[in-house]
Amino acid sequence: MNNLEVILATDCGSTTTKAILIEKKDGHYRLAARGEAPTTVEAPAEDVTRGVINSIAEIEDITKRKFIRDDKLIIPREGDIGADAYISTSSAGGGLQMMVAGVVKEMTAESAQRAALGAGAIVMDVLATNDRRRTFQRIERIRNLRPDMILLAGGTDGGTIRHVVALAEVIEAADPKPRFGMGYELPVIYSGNVDARQSIKDTLEEKTALQVVDNLRPTLESENLKPARDAIHNLFLEHVMAHAPGYKKLMTWTSAPIMPTPGAVGDIMQLIARRNNIQVVGTDIGGATTDDFSVFRVDQEDKESEFVFNRTVSANLGMSYSISNVVTEATIPNIMRWVPFDLEEKILRNRIRNKMIRPTTIPQSLEGLMVEQAICREALRLAFVQHRSMAIGLSGTQKQSSISDAFSQKKEDESLVDMMNLDLIVGSGGVLSHAPRRNQSALMMIDGFAPEGFTNLAVDSIFMMPHLGVLAQINEDAAIEVFEKDCLIRLGAVIAPIGVAPYGRPCMKVKIEGKGSFELKVGEMKLIPLSTEENINVTVIPDRKFNAGAGRGKTVAKTVSGGAVGLILDARCRPIMLPEDRQERIQYLQNWNNELNIYPTQM
Amino acid sequence: MAYAYSPGLKILESTTVHRERRLPIAGEVRVNIGDKVSAEEVVMNTHLPGKADIINIVSMLGCLPNEIEKYMLKKAGDFVEKGDLIAESSSFFGLFKTRIHAPLAGAIEAVSQVTGQVTMRGAPVPVEVKAYIDGEVSSAEEKQSVTIQTTGTFIQGIFGVGGETCGELAVAVSKPEEKLTPELITEDHKDKIVVGGSLVTIECINKAVETGVKAIVAGGFNDADLNKLLGYDLGVAITGHEKIGLTLIVTEGFGEIPMADKTFEILKNLNGKKASVNGATQIRAGVIRPEIIVPHESAEAVDEEEAKLILDIGTQIRAIREPYFGMLGKVTELPTELNKLPTESKARVLKVKFNNGEEAVIPRANVEVIATS
Repeated sequence: MNNLEVILATDCGSTTTKAILIEKKDGHYRLAARGEAPTTVEAPAEDVTRGVINSIAEIEDITKRKFIRDDKLIIPREGDIGADAYISTSSAGGGLQMMVAGVVKEMTAESAQRAALGAGAIVMDVLATNDRRRTFQRIERIRNLRPDMILLAGGTDGGTIRHVVALAEVIEAADPKPRFGMGYELPVIYSGNVDARQSIKDTLEEKTALQVVDNLRPTLESENLKPARDAIHNLFLEHVMAHAPGYKKLMTWTSAPIMPTPGAVGDIMQLIARRNNIQVVGTDIGGATTDDFSVFRVDQEDKESEFVFNRTVSANLGMSYSISNVVTEATIPNIMRWVPFDLEEKILRNRIRNKMIRPTTIPQSLEGLMVEQAICREALRLAFVQHRSMAIGLSGTQKQSSISDAFSQKKEDESLVDMMNLDLIVGSGGVLSHAPRRNQSALMMIDGFAPEGFTNLAVDSIFMMPHLGVLAQINEDAAIEVFEKDCLIRLGAVIAPIGVAPYGRPCMKVKIEGKGSFELKVGEMKLIPLSTEENINVTVIPDRKFNAGAGRGKTVAKTVSGGAVGLILDARCRPIMLPEDRQERIQYLQNWNNELNIYPTQM
Repeated sequence: MAYAYSPGLKILESTTVHRERRLPIAGEVRVNIGDKVSAEEVVMNTHLPGKADIINIVSMLGCLPNEIEKYMLKKAGDFVEKGDLIAESSSFFGLFKTRIHAPLAGAIEAVSQVTGQVTMRGAPVPVEVKAYIDGEVSSAEEKQSVTIQTTGTFIQGIFGVGGETCGELAVAVSKPEEKLTPELITEDHKDKIVVGGSLVTIECINKAVETGVKAIVAGGFNDADLNKLLGYDLGVAITGHEKIGLTLIVTEGFGEIPMADKTFEILKNLNGKKASVNGATQIRAGVIRPEIIVPHESAEAVDEEEAKLILDIGTQIRAIREPYFGMLGKVTELPTELNKLPTESKARVLKVKFNNGEEAVIPRANVEVIATS
């Protein structure tokens, strides 16, 4: 499908269906128009294609061209009418909700969880022989959660049979019913020990729609997630989507299989990382959930080593429906530490609750915006903590250790996320993509992720990563070109040495080609204007207590690219240290906001 | 654009309400179309499969899974009482015996020779579904559901906790600005739905639970009190199953906020009438709001579904976000172009004249239409 010139793509979200039009002009693929309309999965329409048609009708209005005839898309193109291809992603109806099970929580169950998350699912619970629950509790849990699908793993090939069949018996005893409809059986994917297949079939085939695929953990030292992920995608289309209103019709319209939205975002992230040979962290902070993605090399010392992709979803961290849960998990003092003015706790709590019960409201006052952005920082931080703990190497493997390993103190379950070697953070979701100033998005991401050393920052302009992820399935070059030119807004870079010292002590000296030299004390931030077109040499000489990437006190020189915000120098230590005293902290927050030009009025 | 749809809460003095009652699995429908039913009447019933438990027989007996049949005294399909002997092994010439008793009454569902486990299924759990509102059965689906129809008043709250209940309405305050205090709850309020004004406190709710009040409806409630009431910090607003001794419905929001005049007036006029209420709230896609339904004879009823929440010049609205949170007024202008807010965001706005005479420009996303009939 390399001769495509006009492509329509939609993302059917829980509340909004977003359509984009991509066109090839003068040999280049570019975003031509976008439209959106409410998703129509629920009554009265109960047909997802209605929302798709409405969102594309908005594109018709904008472009004054015709894409719809008799409530259907015109595919293939007839001259100036219609499009060459139509593709779609979906998270309507709450996305794909799964339970996973494995014999050992830290081994096969963890691999199963990675497979499900990588396929774009929300993992509702993880069952394992050692999850410290009694059998009846596991049975009740399956019955109460009513997942869309269960992934059962367990046992390496040739390993335990009894334990994995015991888990199958738990599923059988629960006799689970899927969320949608009484008339079909719950899909269960078995991806465990090959020797247990017959017993698993004997146990589950009668009560569930069982599919058997290759073991996702054939040996302790290896993971083979692709067969399980592919099976999840197929069953998602065959069972879950097919039972959602209108999807059968939608599936006949698309030129490539419909993908779960987060699965498509993950695909485009991986593509970007591999094409540019960079390590990437991405986040999509929505109203109900926050998805984090990372692509890191297995071996940081070896630039040629393979990339490992990880995705996690924090199902109850978000900026509207889940805003109260962010506060519950982060606690009020952690939210308050980012609020740059005095605010009584009782008032803050009631305000957050009122946002929870009326999630579509927007901040009208500057103070309201500041509070929401404070909550965003904590949502980003919490989701990333969860991501780092999941994005780890294989647990339970036997490794040969050398003397140097003994001195490096690197633990087996250490996160693959290496902040010092991270090249790019991409932010997506309303609070980041639509912040009134790009400077606000940059600072929220810095405070939430606490990047170390040299890191580039970017945001997704209009949330089209899902569309581009599925486009990559049919035309990779088109997806990359639109991603680079229209989707990604480069904000600039941040330089933040790691280390801890009291406020006021020296932190770093920075020489910036053509801009001068700057000395920063601990607790200071500085913004150096640097446009997207500028690539300049920067030399950082950290104080002996700080490390900018080459070791404590060692000079680092790199080329830095600018963006919509510029180059941010951050001398607030790592982990970020904020003053304990409330008034002093507010004063510092105001200083940083003023220096970085975050809000319209000087504070 | 002359008007726009906007989210809002329905306050319909006279309407037709339909409520579908659905069984979780197929069962028996006990009423017919056209039957008059009362809220407390059971209209459908069924039995859910009983609780399951798995007993690891082999580890208890110290045998191999494929030997399990040798020791089982009951087989798959047998019914047992709690405490019945289901498996036994003997050792040392029959001198020592290990006995395994049924942990629950029910059926032996499966005996696995792979894992050596026995699956037991408890007795079926009866489920009854009540009519919930006084009315008439307007439709029925065999073995699945019935719909009850009634005419009367329908009021949506913004947030609630606790499930379905019914009782007589008792307005305990004289004006919407008055707080509902513990002193205002009396013995007369037993089994009633008590209506307060601007705020209900945890102390008042505790007194109401002691008194036997079925439900409380008030304008506002404090977040700190919600934590005390539930015993935990509510993360995601999906409620309705709480066992807290009564149902609570908040009509305006969190904090001290007078109940909207219209809501208060309607409830006051219905004082003494039987009402059905449900605190269930779900703030996700497919929003569910808590509700108060008061069946009564009515000449001209607007259909609940037809009551459009249209934003137009003159529409009554409520501001639902600071800096005007809780204020009521009428729309005076609906500019089409995007306006810049103090946050520097651009948004579609409207002009409003509040009931106190003050005028303001606010984002359309920050108002709620008060749909009335």
